[in-house]
Amino acid sequence: MSGAEGRRGALIAIFSTLVVFTGLALLITHAPGWPEVRQTFFDWGQFKDSFPEIARAFLLNVKIFLIAEAFILVFALLLAVIRNLPGPAALPLRILGIAYADFFRGVPTILVIAMLGFGAPALQLNWVPLSTTFWGIVALVLVYTAYVSEVYRAGIESVHPSQNAAARSLGLTHWQSLRAVVLPQAVRRVIPPLLNDFIGLQKDTALVGFLGSVEAFKQSQIDAAATFNYTSYVAAALLFVALTIPLARFTDWLVARDRRRRQAAGT
Amino acid sequence: MSEALLVDGLHKSFGTLEVLRGVDLAVDDHQVVCLIGASGSGKSTLLRCVNLLEPIDAGRIVVEGVEITARGVDVNRIRRRIGIVFQAYNLFPHMSVLKNVTLAPRLALKQSNAEASQRALGLLERFGLADKAKDYPDSLSGGQQQRVAIVRALAMQPDLMLLDEVTSALDPELVAEVLEVIRELADGGMTMVIATHEMSFARDIADRICFLDEGVILEQGPPEQIFGAPKEQRTQRFLERIIEAGRM
Repeated sequence: MSGAEGRRGALIAIFSTLVVFTGLALLITHAPGWPEVRQTFFDWGQFKDSFPEIARAFLLNVKIFLIAEAFILVFALLLAVIRNLPGPAALPLRILGIAYADFFRGVPTILVIAMLGFGAPALQLNWVPLSTTFWGIVALVLVYTAYVSEVYRAGIESVHPSQNAAARSLGLTHWQSLRAVVLPQAVRRVIPPLLNDFIGLQKDTALVGFLGSVEAFKQSQIDAAATFNYTSYVAAALLFVALTIPLARFTDWLVARDRRRRQAAGT
Repeated sequence: MSEALLVDGLHKSFGTLEVLRGVDLAVDDHQVVCLIGASGSGKSTLLRCVNLLEPIDAGRIVVEGVEITARGVDVNRIRRRIGIVFQAYNLFPHMSVLKNVTLAPRLALKQSNAEASQRALGLLERFGLADKAKDYPDSLSGGQQQRVAIVRALAMQPDLMLLDEVTSALDPELVAEVLEVIRELADGGMTMVIATHEMSFARDIADRICFLDEGVILEQGPPEQIFGAPKEQRTQRFLERIIEAGRM
């Protein structure tokens, strides 16, 4: 592509982007209800008032995310390995693994959170923690372990059987082969989809607010209820986006790098 | 002379396809046996069965006097004594050459890292790969990769080596370096069973040639006899086709 052609392409891209976005902006701002929407959702004064508290509450989202993610990465790998156990003796374990994954991928996350968050403390067992945040984290771990184990499993299955055959032919046991040969290759391949699930989890930490834990969404609800203004929701949304967009771009970058590498290896 | 390998009435099917239909084979210590035959005649399957990578349907396999197909044998222990090298190398792409070679000695033989590395470097040196120890498999040529795969199998100090068409995936100009390694092993007295399409190499290196046809060893004997005066019509036809294709 020549320089002139490249400039022409860039100009067209800028122009079409401007047209589309200006059109959208005009469409929204000329809607009959726009003045009211602007007042209730985009009030700068309200934003400044509510933002610091919501940002503080958002730290709880980050904390929930980090704790849950650590457990999910370990449990999901265990579940994937269990579903991959060889031999007829392991059938009951494989069945349990499949049942677990099917169940927790099938039930809406908010239901799992509600059942655990309201149900477990209601048992009134004195060794059961009462913290809603604790039960929210447990619920997220249960649900996301099911999803992430599928990602790991796809990775394990993408490693060619000849790799395992080579390891076994050298006298390595099933576990040694899995640990040294299969899993390192499997995990490397699924890093992009794993990060994708991280992004989903980061957003779903807001569901824990449903139990009463004051995280960013709950805090913005409290503000909205006190002021009859929804600008606090926008503030919470911006905080989530500020964290998930870098994660998403990082994932894209990893995928692109991986593709470049494989193509380079193929030539 | 003792028997390194004895295969007795070996049957193996994949679903309804019967690949091995009663194979009998005896290999003495320090002997080199080459398996020849058309693709699909069962050469690879036979080797994979001897390494217990494929469960067998009937018959028995005895290695150094131990029946390895008996119930309750320690499969991992047996595989450590039988090296196998595959057509597609099957090196571990996430490990350096040195790590590829030292992995099994460290994990299966419980050698220390230092001991395994020292032995591995010695072997790599012997086969002209010392300068590749830190490289990753994808950066090596096919011939180099296959030589690393042979070294990886040798690092376990096996009693018996099985080579499954180890030059078939290589560009023609890379075949010689791999055959040279195999020749050196033969000269060193390694017991080997080699499935191959390299007829002149087989004639050169083998103590005995076995012609496999439709899942049985149809004819076997010294190379001069099999290549010079094959008794079976099917052997004759196979060799004629090979000569026509310019492969001998």
